[in-house]
Amino acid sequence: MITKRIIACLDVHAGRVVKGVKFVDIVDAGDPATQAARHAREGADEIVLLDITATHEGRATLLDTVRRTAKELFVPFCVGGGIRTAQDAEQVFEAGADKVSVNSAALADPALIDAIGRSFGAQAVVVAIDARRDLKAADPVREAEVFVQGGRKPTGRRVVEWAREAEQRGAGEILLTSMDADGTRAGFDCELTAAVSEAVGIPVIASGGAGTVEHFCDVFGRGKADAALAASIFHFGISTSRGLKEELERAGVSMRLPC
Amino acid sequence: MRVTVIDYKAGNLTSVLKALRHLGAEVEVTDADLALVERAERVVLPGVGHFAATKRLDDTGLTGAIRAAIGRGVPFLGICVGMQWLYAGSTEAPELPGLGAFAEPCTRFSEGTEKIPHVGWNSLEVRKGSRLLAGVELGVFVYFTHSYKGPVTVDTAAVTEYIEPFAAAVERGNVMGVQFHPEKSGETGLKILKNFLEVQR
Repeated sequence: MITKRIIACLDVHAGRVVKGVKFVDIVDAGDPATQAARHAREGADEIVLLDITATHEGRATLLDTVRRTAKELFVPFCVGGGIRTAQDAEQVFEAGADKVSVNSAALADPALIDAIGRSFGAQAVVVAIDARRDLKAADPVREAEVFVQGGRKPTGRRVVEWAREAEQRGAGEILLTSMDADGTRAGFDCELTAAVSEAVGIPVIASGGAGTVEHFCDVFGRGKADAALAASIFHFGISTSRGLKEELERAGVSMRLPC
Repeated sequence: MRVTVIDYKAGNLTSVLKALRHLGAEVEVTDADLALVERAERVVLPGVGHFAATKRLDDTGLTGAIRAAIGRGVPFLGICVGMQWLYAGSTEAPELPGLGAFAEPCTRFSEGTEKIPHVGWNSLEVRKGSRLLAGVELGVFVYFTHSYKGPVTVDTAAVTEYIEPFAAAVERGNVMGVQFHPEKSGETGLKILKNFLEVQR
């Protein structure tokens, strides 16, 4: 039976893992390679590394980080942040990533999704979408607005419509972040997640709002998510993916255990 | 342990090479050098993406070289599309024949309520007698990402269920294939690759 995935996310800045709420009060949380290996050892089903301050100058640092992180990592490894062209993606793959996540660049040039998919396969392209409910829209959830540049810039695109286009162009998965829920620890936006998950035939990874085990139960149930990103929850009582997964399994969610 | 990995430009090889090297294998990569395949001790054919990529194996003459190597008893492991290529072909690219080591074609998962592709960790029901899966316990999880799959037959070494039961691994003599990605399947995957590296001719 296919299991739901718990994905550990590492935010990286200048070659170091950082922690902070909405880019504020960022503190150093260690070496990416060490942290990724620890998460894999502690039961994470997949690792995502996001370069949160991707800059042109930082490319070499990022590639070095990816190379070091991938070296001893034998679970799926996705890298995002600052991937603007198929050549950028190729360098990240060669450094050892299994998937790349594209966000702003795909909205600026949707053909980027086709280009990466053609060369590396659809399974290697994750389209990350940051969306906020649009209370003025007829359907505030399905018509949630898509933002780019770390949630700073509205695009006018609607979440369901953009997710469908991404799928059509050959995305292998959608990484959906609810901007309303992100940072609240009050739970995932299950309505938003379900709306996108029902609209596409590819897996949807839910992100934003996790605070308790129940929140994960909800997003895998009501939210119809195939996977969920766990970040801040590890600071609040549950110390490992394994611990989270054991509790979820007890609650009836199918998990990769033992792991 | 020397392993010859075939590069036919079907996705990224980095992870497979890394895992084999991690296990101590001496890895050589070729995209057209038939002489390397002719003196290969073990052959791995990875591959993600579209079945049509296997056309390159025919174009470069690698198909013939691999067929000959298999005939000499060289242990062969196909991964993902590399496994599907061992069959008669795939409905993903009906005009292209596979190697035909297994007579049936690969087909797409049936459309329904479940998502396609099948992405994530799923369990293996290992059948008895597999050298590739020796010591791999019933129900362990491995990582899949695919939309096409091989049928369950007498040559199936492990069955996984998603929408329907399919061949997660296939094995007959020295010809082996896995639909999942052992290089991304944690300790279980490394064990399976290690088994392959230790298969005696």
